[in-house]
Amino acid sequence: MTRAPSAPTPPGLLEPDLEAGPVKGRRNRFWAGRNKYLLGAICIAICLVMVTPLVLSVAASLKSPPEAAAVPPLYFPSELSLENYDKLWNYGSGLPHYLGNSLFTALMTIVMTLLLTVPAGYGLARFPIPGKEFIFVLLLLALIIPYQALLTPIFLMFSTLGLTNNLLGLAIVHTTIQLPFSLYIMRNAFEAVPRELEEAALVDGANSWQILRRVFLPTMVPAVITVTLFAFVTSWNEFLGALVMMRNDSGLTLPLLLALTRTVTSLGSTDWGMLQAGVTIAVIPCVVVFLLLQRYYVAGLYSGAVK
Amino acid sequence: MHTTTRRSLTGFWYVLPALLFVVAFTAWPFIQMVWISLNEWSLITPPSFVGLENYINAFTDSQFWVSLRFTLKYTLLITPILMIGGYLIALLVTPNSRLSRTTRTFVFTPVVIGLGASSFLWYWLFSPNYGLINKFLMDVGLIDTPILWLGVDAGLSNWAVIISITWKVIGFGMILFVAAIQAIPSEINEATMVDGAGFWQRVRKVILPLTRRTILLVTLVSVIGSLLAFDQFYIMTAGQPRNLTATSVFYIYLNSFPYLKLGYGATLSLILAVVVLGFTIVQMILTRRSET
Repeated sequence: MTRAPSAPTPPGLLEPDLEAGPVKGRRNRFWAGRNKYLLGAICIAICLVMVTPLVLSVAASLKSPPEAAAVPPLYFPSELSLENYDKLWNYGSGLPHYLGNSLFTALMTIVMTLLLTVPAGYGLARFPIPGKEFIFVLLLLALIIPYQALLTPIFLMFSTLGLTNNLLGLAIVHTTIQLPFSLYIMRNAFEAVPRELEEAALVDGANSWQILRRVFLPTMVPAVITVTLFAFVTSWNEFLGALVMMRNDSGLTLPLLLALTRTVTSLGSTDWGMLQAGVTIAVIPCVVVFLLLQRYYVAGLYSGAVK
Repeated sequence: MHTTTRRSLTGFWYVLPALLFVVAFTAWPFIQMVWISLNEWSLITPPSFVGLENYINAFTDSQFWVSLRFTLKYTLLITPILMIGGYLIALLVTPNSRLSRTTRTFVFTPVVIGLGASSFLWYWLFSPNYGLINKFLMDVGLIDTPILWLGVDAGLSNWAVIISITWKVIGFGMILFVAAIQAIPSEINEATMVDGAGFWQRVRKVILPLTRRTILLVTLVSVIGSLLAFDQFYIMTAGQPRNLTATSVFYIYLNSFPYLKLGYGATLSLILAVVVLGFTIVQMILTRRSET
């Protein structure tokens, strides 16, 4: 269906724009005969339902500890307090340490994913490799075999290689998860570049590496952003792989830290304010990155899902 | 001729790193998993070959069936909610007005946050005494005493998780449906309108059939995602009560890691992979058929 992801198509599905005239006409035609005020009210209600849990979580994170532990709970704090964040900041090895783990893992995942899929996409799209389709299917293997099922053997392999409790090991797991999708995006992006561009450079006597760098990479920027974005979100949020691989306190990533903060008070009950502070910190980068780059995100979803 | 060979060799070098990576971290573990599943193995003792014993054990393991049945039940309950809900919202926000676009962004935002984070968020909202859901229900007078949502009654826990996951992922289907509906040529839409077809008639006769491919695709993604559910149950119910809400992946995790029954864990993994593959194949056949 959609098959030209080199430019982030289709643009503007999410971001609001202001072309009111023709747009309004289209809505009227699509909705012919419906009450548009009622529909608008439903839209607003849906927005409220979707945003309320996030707002409540942020609000809870800003309660003072007594208010965060109050029964019955308050919807909103009576006064704002950063004490929950302060507690989280000093929790265990300290929040900066765990944030660093998460960021570093995500960064390695991004780098490995790009280093593997940019050349592979180039090779598969632009060279007459015999058995190309077979290789492509093999590379997409991880789409068919769920990584959840592979964690046991990967864990065994990594424990002999010393890659458990190791951020590089975790990044490899995250790269494995992310590879098929990224490769798919990259190959399609390379295929979408017109032949003439490459041929002109070939006539000039450039070798394949120079062509990749000078001709292709500039046009690959949207695809690279898409792949980076998905690799970041996957790695930053991934839970089960981290749970299996990281067994020492020093190696925990943010989602695991949340699991740990769930039972922290001396009575073994939950520090709700601190937990929601952790949720807020885990959520913010994803939401910010998404809102800034949503056209790339949605474009990736299309070319990855609707082929 | 010679240059073609050289070019294909050059291309192969570019593909090689990714190929090696997939062989090392997907294909090889998969082969190993098949072998491990034929052994009895805890990390402490060396593996001993037991043939198909693990498979026979799996079929007589009542907890395995409980978790498989629970996973299927969860999948069967949540998939229609995600599909129908996502499609209705997509119909609502298909026109490109500013409010529609804003609504799309709001509905889609939870898709990008982590399943772990969202599960901890809803774990708190559903908490009996500290959670705002019971507080709200009591404030509006729907209930008098707090409901024990999570970990006490398997059915109720399942619904609580379904509510949280619906909030989290409904935007995924919605955004793909919007794209599919917008891709329908407007002439078709107008032609049916000239015929005097009402909105729901158009949905049934035109929009649904023309977006069938996307519907199948989103169904597959939702079904596979639900069959592999783990985070939400690990975090929100911890499998309670009595492991009745432990999904298949959860049970595999329990066997492989806390219990260190690696051979058995590998066997269960393989069975799950086959189940998932089965769904994928059915989907591919359906897609092929819908194209002809």
